[in-house]
Amino acid sequence: MKNYFLRRILSALFTIFLIATITFFLMKSVPGGPLTRERALSPEIEAVMIERYNLDAPILEQYFDYMKGLVTFNLGPSFAKIGLSVEELIWKGMPNSFKIGALSVLLIIILGIPIGIISALKQNKPIDYFVMFMATLGVTIPSFVLATGIIYIFAGKLGWIPSFGLNSPLSYIGPVVALSGYSLSFVARLTRSSMLEVLRQDYIRTARANGLRELSVIGKHAIKNALIPVITYIGPMIAAILTGSFVIEKIFAIPGIGRYFVESVTNRDYTVLLGITVFYAAFYVIMVLLVDVAYALVDPRIKFNK
Amino acid sequence: MEKLLEITNLKTSFFTHFGEVQAVRETTFSMDKGEVLGIVGESGSGKSVTALSIMRLVESPGKIVSGKIIFDGKDITGMTEKEMTEIRGQDIAMIFQDPMTSLNPVYTIRNQMVEVIRRHTDMSRKQALAKAEDMLRLVEIPEPKKRINSYPHEFSGGMKQRAMIATALSCDPKLLIADEPTTALDVTIQAQIIALMKNLKEKLSMSIIIITHDLGVIAEICSRIIVMYGGKIMEEGTSDEIFYEPQNPYTVGLHKSVPRMDSGDRKRLVPIAGSPPDLLSPPGGCPFSPRCPHTMEICLKEHPPKFNLSATHSSACWLLHPESPAVEGYRKGVQRNEG
Repeated sequence: MKNYFLRRILSALFTIFLIATITFFLMKSVPGGPLTRERALSPEIEAVMIERYNLDAPILEQYFDYMKGLVTFNLGPSFAKIGLSVEELIWKGMPNSFKIGALSVLLIIILGIPIGIISALKQNKPIDYFVMFMATLGVTIPSFVLATGIIYIFAGKLGWIPSFGLNSPLSYIGPVVALSGYSLSFVARLTRSSMLEVLRQDYIRTARANGLRELSVIGKHAIKNALIPVITYIGPMIAAILTGSFVIEKIFAIPGIGRYFVESVTNRDYTVLLGITVFYAAFYVIMVLLVDVAYALVDPRIKFNK
Repeated sequence: MEKLLEITNLKTSFFTHFGEVQAVRETTFSMDKGEVLGIVGESGSGKSVTALSIMRLVESPGKIVSGKIIFDGKDITGMTEKEMTEIRGQDIAMIFQDPMTSLNPVYTIRNQMVEVIRRHTDMSRKQALAKAEDMLRLVEIPEPKKRINSYPHEFSGGMKQRAMIATALSCDPKLLIADEPTTALDVTIQAQIIALMKNLKEKLSMSIIIITHDLGVIAEICSRIIVMYGGKIMEEGTSDEIFYEPQNPYTVGLHKSVPRMDSGDRKRLVPIAGSPPDLLSPPGGCPFSPRCPHTMEICLKEHPPKFNLSATHSSACWLLHPESPAVEGYRKGVQRNEG
């Protein structure tokens, strides 16, 4: 078990290293750079900048410099947002993204799983049809349409919620609903189909044949089995949602990490782009590791040996 | 002998998109306390659905359409689902064909057994655990104290079936229904499981219904046998009667299709030609008539009544009618007067 985690952590570190390397060289191979602006800088200033940031050094030297910084958690300065380091940018954006994300994840789990279960238990009844209709809508409507719709109706026409920022508790409703719409629908559908599958299993018939009450047949014997595929989806989903969504943050004007990330692409802001990519990768790898642990807790057939 | 189970005109159908599939058609039989009854027949003959009907576990779109099931003086067909959960596991227990998939993979044997015992008794957790260990010892699982903490996937197929039997018997049911209990196991394990059931039957004085398509399994343990085909009972009698003087062409066909160790001559096995009837639109007369070597005109038109051959032996076949032409091996019976 201990060995297993050691190996998993080592392989996670290696994954992050690979991602950093590939992103670094990809960025360097793209034409243009952080100093390319619409209005060209004067040659003197550009020379000073290049000198200052060591941009004319051989590419391998720059690479090793960067990796050195990465190991010591020094991700360098932002080229576009003068005076801010990449770490500062992440720490500034992360809490906002995280708050929205955490609420969305809660909403998805607390609503999505029970809705899926109820729908499975009432298969082919009106409530099942209604839930599946809503879930199909939720999966097919893109988040930007949902977000715009929410702002138009609930912020604009009805004026119930603020249309931007995170200044009051009410202002969380819009971004959280827009961010969780897709995954909530997906989790509900996944839970439903998984539950239907489990309800057909022989061990459910055994449980009934042994005279167990329906509450135990469903609540104990069926649910634990039905949740296994749901956990697979939820793990990486949490990573994706917590690290912020550019679209939602842009539409609701929330200064989150997702917005900084996309801005760094348009600005060719090497360091920010690299820093956030590596941060995302690390977060994702950790979440996947946690999912595997959760797996073993739910499914005893999975063992941490080998 | 006191009757434990009386089934009258049971009819169970599945209502599919294509129409009503009549899995069990007007079946009537009964069994005494302490009896081991075998139900044989090939796939689709209605034997499993009969068992599930007794448990009231026929799943949608299946439904008991009509008929009566009296168990121990109580009418099971009229019970509510809640009353049935009291009967299941407590008075009637059931084990299934595939032990590999019949135990819940995410809970330990201990967890599953203790839950069932505590469901039907007032035992404390500790008492229930002791009882569960006793049951595992009874079904000859070595080191029950240790093995009870295993998960199903840590057991072999034979051990899983033993654990299933232990769970089923843990509340001293009056009737155990075993639906193809050995089909998914290999031959040596099959023999062990049958020997175990025989042994337990003596020890626990319960009645058993064994459902199988394997005549060898039935010969080992059953005192009485019912042969089913196309949702109907074809022949019914003691083991000796069914094995040594079968009076129904279907039973004879079943015998011929089983290899025999003792016959000495190296005859080829004779399969029953054709396939089981389509129960969506079952043949009008005798369900076996399209495959029977002795089919007569009446067989296609009218289902044969039961002909009594002895106090215990009866068969539904027109060959036994006094006016039928004589066929070697078949006796003339007395038509039973039934409503």
